[in-house]
Amino acid sequence: MSTRYYYTEEDVLRLEKTAVQLRQDILRMIAKAGAGHPGGSLSAIDMITALYFHVLNIDPERPDWEDRDRFVLSKGHACPAQYAALARRGYFDPAALDTLRQYHSILQGHPDMHKTPGIDFSTGSLGNGLSVGLGMALSAKMHNKSYMTYVLMGDGEQQEGLIWEAAMAAAHHKADNLIAIVDANGVQINGWVNDIMRIEPLADKWKAFGWQVVECAGNNMREVLHALHTARTMRAPAVIIMRTAKGRGVSFMEDDCLWHGQAPSEEQLLAALAEVEKGGIL
Amino acid sequence: MAKTLATRMAFGKELLKLAETHDFVVCSADTKTCGLEHFGELFPGREFTFGIAEQNLTATSAGLASCGNKVYLATFAVFASMRACEQVRTFICHTNQNVTIIGTHTGLQVGGDGATHAAIEDVSIMRAFPNMTIWQPADAISAREMAKASVEFNGPLYVRLHRNPVPDVYGEDYRFVPGKATLVKEYGRDLTIISSGILLAKALKAAEALKEQGVGVRIVDMSTIKPLDTEAVETAARETGAILTLEDATVKGGLGSAVAEYAVGHCPVPMELVGIPDRFGESGDPELIYRDCGMDEESVARRALELLKRK
Repeated sequence: MSTRYYYTEEDVLRLEKTAVQLRQDILRMIAKAGAGHPGGSLSAIDMITALYFHVLNIDPERPDWEDRDRFVLSKGHACPAQYAALARRGYFDPAALDTLRQYHSILQGHPDMHKTPGIDFSTGSLGNGLSVGLGMALSAKMHNKSYMTYVLMGDGEQQEGLIWEAAMAAAHHKADNLIAIVDANGVQINGWVNDIMRIEPLADKWKAFGWQVVECAGNNMREVLHALHTARTMRAPAVIIMRTAKGRGVSFMEDDCLWHGQAPSEEQLLAALAEVEKGGIL
Repeated sequence: MAKTLATRMAFGKELLKLAETHDFVVCSADTKTCGLEHFGELFPGREFTFGIAEQNLTATSAGLASCGNKVYLATFAVFASMRACEQVRTFICHTNQNVTIIGTHTGLQVGGDGATHAAIEDVSIMRAFPNMTIWQPADAISAREMAKASVEFNGPLYVRLHRNPVPDVYGEDYRFVPGKATLVKEYGRDLTIISSGILLAKALKAAEALKEQGVGVRIVDMSTIKPLDTEAVETAARETGAILTLEDATVKGGLGSAVAEYAVGHCPVPMELVGIPDRFGESGDPELIYRDCGMDEESVARRALELLKRK
């Protein structure tokens, strides 16, 4: 097993610091674009930071390296989080973050593998990413490659039927090189997930489909790193259900479905950046 | 013209042969499509089955292809084009993956299974997706040649295959050239029948009957529906001045529409679009259903004569 899962207190502090920078990148690029999805980007950013800056075996110089770990952002609307991570990880000039959603930008409104270096697969239509990740995991097995595939989904996305087709198939094909992550921030575009279409008990559902389940606090870097390590030890398809807060790090965005897909004003941006700077992370 | 294999079985049989020398994987979803059901037993580790779950079949195939694998995805055309429509569009076509979608049980030839299983809209749907290429063989021989061409093909490809055996139209010397129509027969230059798929045999019979009546027909097989061989359309219009299209698919958006879309802007001539009218399939003898839909030999000949009056 790779040592990429081992972490020290220094790593935790380093990653927390990086997450602060990425949160600010997310807020700035969405404000500049005048549109985008801050809520789900902020809830997922600690996990995305842990993956891109600690766990994933990747090389920004070789985005198409065939032995790299794969990452599929099934909740593609959270792409500002992925773009920030890719830019700061060296895949492209961070100046490009200012072009989010603009015509001819490398940063589309949803991830495009042919436009953005480091995107392993285009996403945006919810419910599809786990199937795509399963295909990548099966390819690794077929060619005796040791890379891992990570798929990050939303909790509202769990309402899509295709996820459960993929869940069934991954267990059937013993895809122990596939780690699914559910960003359970509890909120979707029109309100609380469990008011709109109840998905709980989520852990029981995944267990019933033959998966190992790891639960963690997804806005706590230490817990996120621990969960990623634990999931890797399962030797079976494993899902990390991480409990997060939508808009985490910006008090006025937290738990509010209004901020699912809304850009902050200039004034709100300044307030948000200041809060994040102070480290709004538990 | 003895009945040999169904186009779907000829394609699958050839793929089994090609698997000995070519590196590809087969993904399926528990249907009896084209004889590839035992691929995994013959080529262990190169087949993935996904149960009755076509959306997952399609999106997983896209993921497999993104890692450099050539993927064949086999299922009924109704499911490939409609149950998994968005996965084909967004995850195979938009991302331009090297996936060949084998769509079987197309058109009214499905017969007994009826409307739910008769894919009449698949060409219209697949044709609308950027990056998609569409091939359709006319008989077992051309299906076999298409299988050979498909292993060399790179990108999203939809191969449209029929369920039941049909007479062989072509001889052993037939070679499929992607993107190129085939001039099958020329009795004269009064009109061109542009056909795609198994109805080519009916086109030939209609042309023979018309010959008896002094009408000279040229017959072209548009085996690649997309990208369309526009040069062949241009030639048909210029040299015969009238075009009848013939397909076992709805006329709303299929081969006829493709030919008309080009002709209207470049070489407008009177046209007659023969195919499934605005109705679903149903159970029954396919030949009776073809007749009711105006797609049998007699109807084709009659509609050709009507077309000539508009020339």
